[in-house]
Amino acid sequence: MKVKNFIITFISAIALLLSTSTISLAKVVGDKIVLGAAVSLTGKYSSNGVHTQNGYNIAVERINSMGGVKVDGKSYKFEIIYYDDESNSGRAAQLAERLIKQDGVQYMLGPYSSGLTKAMAPVTEKYQVPMVEANGASRSLFTKGYKYLFAVLAPANLYLDVAIDTAVEKNGGKPVRIAMAFEQDAFSQDVRLGIVEAAKRTGSKIIIDDKLPKELNDMAATLSKVKATKPDVLVVSGHTKGALTAIRQISEMKVDVPMLAMTHCDAAKLSKQHGKASEYALCASQWHKSLSYRDNYFGGGMEYAADFKKMFDYDPPYQSAESSAALLVFKDAFERANSFDTKKVRDALAATEMQTFYGNIKFAPGGQNISKPMVLFQVICNDDGSKCENKVVAPLKWASAELVHPIPKWSDR
Amino acid sequence: MLPSNRGHFFKYLEKYFMDFLIFQAPMLMVQASIDGILLGILFALIAYGMALQWGVMNIINIAQGELVIMGGYIAYFMYLSGIHPAFGVIVSPIIMYFVGVGMYKLVINKVVDRDLFISILATFGISILAQQLMNFAFGADVVVAQSNFGTTMLFDGMVTIPNAKIFSGLVCIIAAIILVIYMKKSKLGRAIRATAQNARAAKILGVNTEKVYASTFGINAALCGIAGACIAITFTLHPYTGLPYTVRSFMIVIIAGLGNLPAVAISGMGLGIFEEWADYLIGTEFRIAAVFSLLVIILVYRRFKLSKKREYLK
Repeated sequence: MKVKNFIITFISAIALLLSTSTISLAKVVGDKIVLGAAVSLTGKYSSNGVHTQNGYNIAVERINSMGGVKVDGKSYKFEIIYYDDESNSGRAAQLAERLIKQDGVQYMLGPYSSGLTKAMAPVTEKYQVPMVEANGASRSLFTKGYKYLFAVLAPANLYLDVAIDTAVEKNGGKPVRIAMAFEQDAFSQDVRLGIVEAAKRTGSKIIIDDKLPKELNDMAATLSKVKATKPDVLVVSGHTKGALTAIRQISEMKVDVPMLAMTHCDAAKLSKQHGKASEYALCASQWHKSLSYRDNYFGGGMEYAADFKKMFDYDPPYQSAESSAALLVFKDAFERANSFDTKKVRDALAATEMQTFYGNIKFAPGGQNISKPMVLFQVICNDDGSKCENKVVAPLKWASAELVHPIPKWSDR
Repeated sequence: MLPSNRGHFFKYLEKYFMDFLIFQAPMLMVQASIDGILLGILFALIAYGMALQWGVMNIINIAQGELVIMGGYIAYFMYLSGIHPAFGVIVSPIIMYFVGVGMYKLVINKVVDRDLFISILATFGISILAQQLMNFAFGADVVVAQSNFGTTMLFDGMVTIPNAKIFSGLVCIIAAIILVIYMKKSKLGRAIRATAQNARAAKILGVNTEKVYASTFGINAALCGIAGACIAITFTLHPYTGLPYTVRSFMIVIIAGLGNLPAVAISGMGLGIFEEWADYLIGTEFRIAAVFSLLVIILVYRRFKLSKKREYLK
């Protein structure tokens, strides 16, 4: 009898604990709006995962200290529950499930990288939980008809097509010859599609179209082809490894191309690691601190960069800036919805039209941000290569320096 | 559709081949072959370490690639602290030797007499652990070390070879030669070879096999250290990029067989050249697939040859 009583008490205690804990961890507790996020704190994406988390944190801190979110006349503060997804997409999907079902989170922030966002989106969609993500640019995220996914960044296929337009413009409006080397992963192949479309639009010809296997860290063969065919533009995208390999081998093999366009220069710390060898590389970026967008929370890009540096002791890469913007979008949507109902918040998100320090934000029906163009910056070094800077050169509206074109030959550098 | 007329056929063939860039610009053949050889030498050194260990201890080391990357990081940290990373080819094998011996003492000595499957599992575990530890210790950024060795230009700048690659090739060759001499002449080298032939007999005749195993593991790690230092100045480093080196060295060993250094060197370079040429002929996206297909073909051919021999014996 004693044992039975004991068991009954035990079970009811656990049941009580569970019921209270789900209530206490639900979407809005007291004056707190709880957001959920799985970011990569360990594993191969851990550096960018930390940039993402820092971006979220600085925005939470700023919004909370400036009065929080006003819903129905009451002021609420943001709080984020973080989990480490270990850079693993299976884990990310599990954690999304856990955040929603166990922790009762009703609003989600995105993880780092397209692959992990792709893993989480079906889960948030299933539970109809709005997710504002800032680090998944792959086009396939926006063609699946997701209703609860919103991305503050421009999709991958728009990363480098500005470069092709610029090259055509520099060529006197005549079509150019393009050489491309893209890693075989979802993101880089989306960037490739953007170039293919840009080539079609401008009548340009693609003369080299190499798809680099993921495990490859040698581009010598591709670059020999580039040397032999002398294209007008060389486009490379293969995450940080691709960017570093390309610059190393282009400088070692003395490959002369009038224009070199690539992605992930920022994340690869290209100019820091390669110095003068990386000079004149043209890089796609979602954001640059010199852009003149403004908002009430961070002011402009320069102020954001300074505040970020003060808090985390390094210059913010665009991964942090876009993550901060995700919080501003959520805040705006909550206030316009004036409710915590997920459907109403979702509708408010869909109707977003605002400017942040990071850029203008307006979502297409697919969820991607269509009102913020990509910018291109060029790496410009001083004479001995000890200090290199990223100067925005395109689109012209935001340019802070003139594009150096064509790139001087290696024999003259 | 091939035309039936023979003259036409050759014209067709010529036209077909002239579509490839590599035949339009013959200098590319030289470039591809040199690149392939230099790449192959590097892989061959890693593969030789694997073959040594496999032959002596019957252990397939899945953590081979991680040892290489670890060796690379040693050179990288020398570079960060202002020492030229090329000295990594001396420092890194010394440190890696002790890492290898430590690994043996901690884990491998418990699985060395067991089934091959257990040792594969054990080294697989070590490789995951090593990846995570390196990720914690060195961060998840892709890094490079600059050698500033410059470039050698041949044929009026048509063929360019980075001096860092030439340096790596030379270092690997020297390391291989030293190792061969060491294995032939030194006491430990002879003990290692004896153990490889018959561990039990060697033990009975007074060879301390435990010590032999430990040094074999250490020598393998040291070879990986040399290769890693070369990779730091020629390619890129990242805690999670060790696996391709493991797979490639495994392949080379399968083709070349155990304990046969010239065969390992030839198959390493052969695969390197094959890979570079495959890039030009069937496309970059298929170059690694092509290498693996070649492996399958070689294995099938070997089986076929063996079965013929067996029939003859019957």
